[in-house]
Amino acid sequence: MSTHEAHAHEEHHHHEQSFIEKYVFSMDHKMIAKQFLITGMIMGIIGVAMSLIFRLQLAWPDKEWPIFESLLGKWGADGVMDPNIYLALVTIHGTIMVFFVLTAGLSGTFSNLLIPLQIGARDMASGFINMLSYWFFFASSVVMVISLFVESGPAASGWTVYPPLSALPQAMPGSGMGMTLWLVSMSLFIVSSLLGALNYIVTVLNLRTKGMSMTRLPLTIWAFFVTAILGVLSFPVLFSAALLLIFDRSMGTSFYLSDIMVAGELLTNQGGSPVLYQHLFWFLGHPEVYIILLPALGITSEVISTNARKPIFGYRAMVGSILAIAFLSFIVWGHHMFVTGMNPFLGSVFTFTTLLIAIPSAVKAFNYITTLWKGNLRLTPAMLFSIGLVSTFITGGLTGLILGDSALDINVHDTYFVVAHFHIVMGLSAIFGLFAGVYHWFPKLFGRRMNKGLGYIHFWVTFVSAYGVFFPMHFLGMAGLPRRYYTNTAFPMFDDLADINVLISVFAIVGGIAQVVFIFNFFYSALRGKVSSKNPWKSNTLEWTTPVEHMHGNWPGEIPEVHRWAYDYSKPGMEDDFVPQTVPLRPDEMETGH
Amino acid sequence: METFLIIIVALLALIALAQAMRVFELSGQLKGDDNSEDVTDKDNRNQGLLLLGALIFLMGGFLWTILEWSDVFLPKSASEHGVEIDNLWAISMGLIIVVFLITQPLLFGFGYRFRGSKTRKAAYMEHNNRLEFLWTIVPAVVLAGLIIYGLTTWSDIMNPSQEEEPMVVEIYAKQFGWTVRYAGTDNTLGYAHVRMSEGVNALGVDVNDANSFDDIIVNELHLPVGKPVELKFRSQDVIHSAYLPHFRVQMNCVPGTKTQFRFTPTVTTAEMRQDPEVIEKVKGINELRMEKGEDPWEFDYILLCNKICGSAHYNMQMKVVVETQEEYEKWLSEQKTFADNL
Repeated sequence: MSTHEAHAHEEHHHHEQSFIEKYVFSMDHKMIAKQFLITGMIMGIIGVAMSLIFRLQLAWPDKEWPIFESLLGKWGADGVMDPNIYLALVTIHGTIMVFFVLTAGLSGTFSNLLIPLQIGARDMASGFINMLSYWFFFASSVVMVISLFVESGPAASGWTVYPPLSALPQAMPGSGMGMTLWLVSMSLFIVSSLLGALNYIVTVLNLRTKGMSMTRLPLTIWAFFVTAILGVLSFPVLFSAALLLIFDRSMGTSFYLSDIMVAGELLTNQGGSPVLYQHLFWFLGHPEVYIILLPALGITSEVISTNARKPIFGYRAMVGSILAIAFLSFIVWGHHMFVTGMNPFLGSVFTFTTLLIAIPSAVKAFNYITTLWKGNLRLTPAMLFSIGLVSTFITGGLTGLILGDSALDINVHDTYFVVAHFHIVMGLSAIFGLFAGVYHWFPKLFGRRMNKGLGYIHFWVTFVSAYGVFFPMHFLGMAGLPRRYYTNTAFPMFDDLADINVLISVFAIVGGIAQVVFIFNFFYSALRGKVSSKNPWKSNTLEWTTPVEHMHGNWPGEIPEVHRWAYDYSKPGMEDDFVPQTVPLRPDEMETGH
Repeated sequence: METFLIIIVALLALIALAQAMRVFELSGQLKGDDNSEDVTDKDNRNQGLLLLGALIFLMGGFLWTILEWSDVFLPKSASEHGVEIDNLWAISMGLIIVVFLITQPLLFGFGYRFRGSKTRKAAYMEHNNRLEFLWTIVPAVVLAGLIIYGLTTWSDIMNPSQEEEPMVVEIYAKQFGWTVRYAGTDNTLGYAHVRMSEGVNALGVDVNDANSFDDIIVNELHLPVGKPVELKFRSQDVIHSAYLPHFRVQMNCVPGTKTQFRFTPTVTTAEMRQDPEVIEKVKGINELRMEKGEDPWEFDYILLCNKICGSAHYNMQMKVVVETQEEYEKWLSEQKTFADNL
């Protein structure tokens, strides 16, 4: 760095920031990361609480729950849940968990925190755009929460909001004002996501410190980088889908509507196709799965390697599989549409491309397992969550081989088998990745340590109840039980599933309560936790060379130069079992890993 | 007021909890246990053992659920192509269970076996081309087989043999019910469009089309056994999905578009009721129903809606009956034609 820059930086440091500059309209990537995390957690609490409410309904459909009336008002009068609010709850639960928690909360937090710190940059390429990205997300969250309180109820046509159901207020109350706000909220969300992603891409490409070649990047950065590319290429398509839906809803166009009679009224719309919406939606929707999953996998790579005290096995294969998964994720969307009546030939193509994803996924899973082999595993809560992630990634990924196979999908499409599959492979894996990230980088976020004992309790209860909730759902699906049913009591053939539903709900409630432990631990430790040392995990990556106390610009002096890859753990001939990236190669040392 | 009190109590409890944590941590520090947040060898041992426990939980849970819940699955397929699907299912499921049973023990086993200790050092292995090649190629080969098998099955189902002309039946969906229209003696459905829907002619059948006169509109789907049937789907309002789980049939009903699915039922309702597996299942369900004081249930095929369609989505169903040709013809002859109804 030139002296001029250093000088400018000094000056900047002297400038006292006001409260608003520092905590509210902050342009510092570390503060923005915290803002994303805490907003995501609040949305997560709402999303999880909703799932507990509808689990009560599903397990005990004949019972009256006074809590329904207190929480849902007229929709839960006398403790009986209205079918419309049930559909709204599953819709908003899905929307919140997929977008607000596992996209913004996960990627927004850790891309922001780690990209500048791990590549050796003073901040994001544009701090201002980064700030805008958060505030668009905040606005989007506010609108989504407001939509829960409108007279006709929140959006209720499923998180995929397929028209015509979502387009016609006559078809269900949730398609009225609630749906309008849903679309407004998602449009704001897409803006936030695009601003963030552009920043991430530019920062990774341009602001890497000296010596930080692409092949020396930690896998976290590779994952965030590729995720951002996925977002930039796919979110605009969702935006166009939402825009056309807005037109259909309020301007009388017919992009998705044709020949419809609803509630006794014949509509004039002609020539549109509801299936068009599905193509547009899933063109985002499938990459979205990997927008959620890849950051979690990146976090896991870093956490597993650091805590196994061993290089991540097959770094190049790991990068290659991220790229392969990302590429394939764009050409598989049709597997969500096997039974829409689209040309069977297309079904064949999508089956082929979908099953191909299993290959890079298998490579990743085996590489994780091999990284553990002959390691010296430090079983921190973060490490346990990462191991948990590998477990759910395998379990949930395997059933993808069934659902991606068009012939098999016919009979389990839209059943609980699908619910089981995507919650395990995407929901659980990503949330485990999020937890692993929080436990691992908490010292970097707040300069303090999280309580280890509470972390262990949190992990074990969460792990057991997570499997307890979602594994039995495979059986419901194989019994033919459709998802999004308010109750199963209308079909005697499903009567023998009642016990399974009770078991699932009990696990869900236990798992939900376990999250209170996490939230308590989080806030307690952020305020009163033990102050962390600079590099508590004896890690190699650059973020642990910055001072514990956050400072604008990250490094007090020059940005350190990088001399090696991030995974020199337990390298033979070295004193310690880790060698930070800033340590120059010894004259006799061979560079490994790239 | 009550809510207010609950909030106060919750806040106090939270403060108490935080103070207790503080006391706990301070006492730890006084005892000289200053590394309270670092992972000790003891932690590694305990957590390693718990990882083994997790493996036992997973494997045990897997076995227990399979043994305990094997009777909730759908009975054997009642259609020709369904048998193919079930075979493909069995092979795919077998394969993924094998992978599950290999990889999870490796993962958790390694977690236990290589739990850390201050005295050990990890091995340094950054990659191994031969190993990585192995686990790229083996999944690729296995998947190639699975893809070929899957696509063959799919193409058999979607392009069924043209030898026998199928019976044409329309399934009409609207919020929240199903209607069936038989093509009648000419096996050709009369033209229909939602714009012609009026009064009793809810399906919008063209009264001027000669093909419509012998159409038969009913609220129950009867199918003759062993005869190919082509279901044609229409929807009046939103997307519905016609799901016939016992026949392994599902197709969306999309407003503005026509979709279809061709299959051959192979087991009559009466035969299915005699199937030992079904008898067992029905018995179990009826025991549960008796406990709740509900009427006993008799097995029937069913068509249900499997695409979210509104408030009564959970109850959008129709009875399906598969019977012999004679029974079917007798039933059909008792129904009024479209012309009769006009």
